[in-house]
Amino acid sequence: MFFYAPLDVTQGFVQKIFYIHVPLAIVSLCGFMFGGAMAIGYLRTGDRKWDMRSYVAIHMALIFGIGGLITGSIWAKASWGHWWVWNEPTLVSFLIVLLLFCTYQPMRFSIEDPERQSRYASVFAIVAGAFVPLNYVAVQMATAYVHPRVLTLGGANLPPSMGFVFVVSLLAFVLLYVTLWKYEMASKNARSQVRRLRRTLLGDDLVRPVGRSAAPR
Amino acid sequence: MSLLFAVAPELPLGKAGKYVAAAYIVLVALILVYVTIMATRAQRLERELAELRRDVEAARAAAAEETEHVA
Repeated sequence: MFFYAPLDVTQGFVQKIFYIHVPLAIVSLCGFMFGGAMAIGYLRTGDRKWDMRSYVAIHMALIFGIGGLITGSIWAKASWGHWWVWNEPTLVSFLIVLLLFCTYQPMRFSIEDPERQSRYASVFAIVAGAFVPLNYVAVQMATAYVHPRVLTLGGANLPPSMGFVFVVSLLAFVLLYVTLWKYEMASKNARSQVRRLRRTLLGDDLVRPVGRSAAPR
Repeated sequence: MSLLFAVAPELPLGKAGKYVAAAYIVLVALILVYVTIMATRAQRLERELAELRRDVEAARAAAAEETEHVA
């Protein structure tokens, strides 16, 4: 990243943020869509594991999205002299998507019945997930103010050496997302298996009731 | 390691260096915070498993004692 990829002629060294900011944002947006796809699985089968997959996918995508937002803000300050530019469609649209998915967990938490919680959350995840590509196309069609349009619907405007580093970086972030997603899934599944085992071995009396939670039960 | 730094070309850090460093530190910090939270959860799960084992052993001992008492 620092030695192989050439320095950007106009931006110089600060352009190195591109190799983490853009993959974070892309993986985050794909993670939201992945969450929506998993939610379709829940609505089709009614199996809780799909709801858990969707929940963890959106949770992970939110973390990546926050990372993308903070690194982008730092880059904006270094390049444009401002932490945030409100009249730039790329920035504002990403913030809208992020804020939309920030309401996912409070919405889940507000519904006590687990069945209803999973169903409503799945519908939300599908609708909000479908909003992500629509939002991307809308931003591509809008007039750019200061944010560069490196990755367009027609392809990437990058020299080959920069493009190679970017693809490697993107792959690394995809792998990180998948690893953390599997890690959290394993952790949540193990917890639920322990509760089930306790109930089977000792009966319902010795199992502490689960309080209200945003996570699938 | 020092040899690697010796052969690596000098980076034109300038004024941008602190911003690039800040962005990469944010990324590492996010991952570290997440892994720490997950490690805490894994510890909690380990405690729950130990508690379950103790409860099952106690229940088995009580059942064996009861069988002995009846016999």
